[in-house]
Amino acid sequence: MSSATAQPIPLPADWRDFLSLTKPRVMSLVVFTGLCGLLAAPVSIDPIIGFVAILCIAVGAGGSAALNQWWEADLDAKMKRTAARPLPAGRMERTSARDFGVALSVGSVLTMGLAVGWLAAAILAFSIFYYAVIYTIWLKPRTPQNIVIGGGAGAFPPMIGWIAATGEVTLMPVLLFAIIFFWTPPHFWALALFVETDYAKAGIPMMPVVAGHESTRRQILVYAVLMLPISTVPFWLGVAGWLYGASALLLSALFLILSLRVAVFRGGAEDSDMRPEKRLFAYSVFYLFALFAMLVADRYLVG
Amino acid sequence: MDKPPLDPMEQRKRIITSRNRVLALVLFGLVALFFAISIAKMS
Repeated sequence: MSSATAQPIPLPADWRDFLSLTKPRVMSLVVFTGLCGLLAAPVSIDPIIGFVAILCIAVGAGGSAALNQWWEADLDAKMKRTAARPLPAGRMERTSARDFGVALSVGSVLTMGLAVGWLAAAILAFSIFYYAVIYTIWLKPRTPQNIVIGGGAGAFPPMIGWIAATGEVTLMPVLLFAIIFFWTPPHFWALALFVETDYAKAGIPMMPVVAGHESTRRQILVYAVLMLPISTVPFWLGVAGWLYGASALLLSALFLILSLRVAVFRGGAEDSDMRPEKRLFAYSVFYLFALFAMLVADRYLVG
Repeated sequence: MDKPPLDPMEQRKRIITSRNRVLALVLFGLVALFFAISIAKMS
């Protein structure tokens, strides 16, 4: 064979490519909410065991993200936002991503079980299965409600953090789960409204692609309305203090106002470049950080 | 002035060396972590 026709041997994947498989930016939100769940629990935990619990939540999230990218490599290649990822860009073999994801997932669950507790480990294992299989493989390519049900995957970290500290499932971790579960659809649909063409190109049935903008905006508003009572339930039930209650009320009211701007009061010059949607998306990230930070502040300042 | 591009063999060696270093760090971190967990569990 002549050297002119020989295929160049691809370079091995860099360690940074493996790191990017774990979606570090998403992981930061997972770590934060998991840590808040752990710190807001009404018991003290050994700092080393607490650190291990958060590490396992982060590594488990990284493992499920790697499995997600392994499965969606072909879809990612069709979208501008994801085309530069290691698999669609051809910097890594698919089997490497799959094996890396499985190793991180199994390692995090076993370590959580051995070091922290098997109840927390079981919920961590289920959350990885939920994201990698129920959401990525099953729901995402099939239904525009993918985000609603898939939101459960991101809602597990504070629950796991709380259960890692207390060792039992009570009302509060379920409420923390519910807050993120109801926050996810308006957060993702705001994003989907301004990156709609990308999802359409990849054939993913996101709500704006399937049901249209009007319906998506209405549904964003419905979830924003629901966020108001759901986020304040811990205060009404007496499991969180006034600092959390007042913050939740204020933050959720602002969430509602920005959602109203997206859903109802449209028609201004700034609407054409999707500024209200971009503003709602940015605020939704701040909202979750602030709400969970207030939950922890409330536990230590109000008690 | 820009550096001249590395030839593929040299680039391959660099990537593998940096991967090995990161892997060694991760393994060392795991050993330290399990040592710390054992101490915390015993106390």
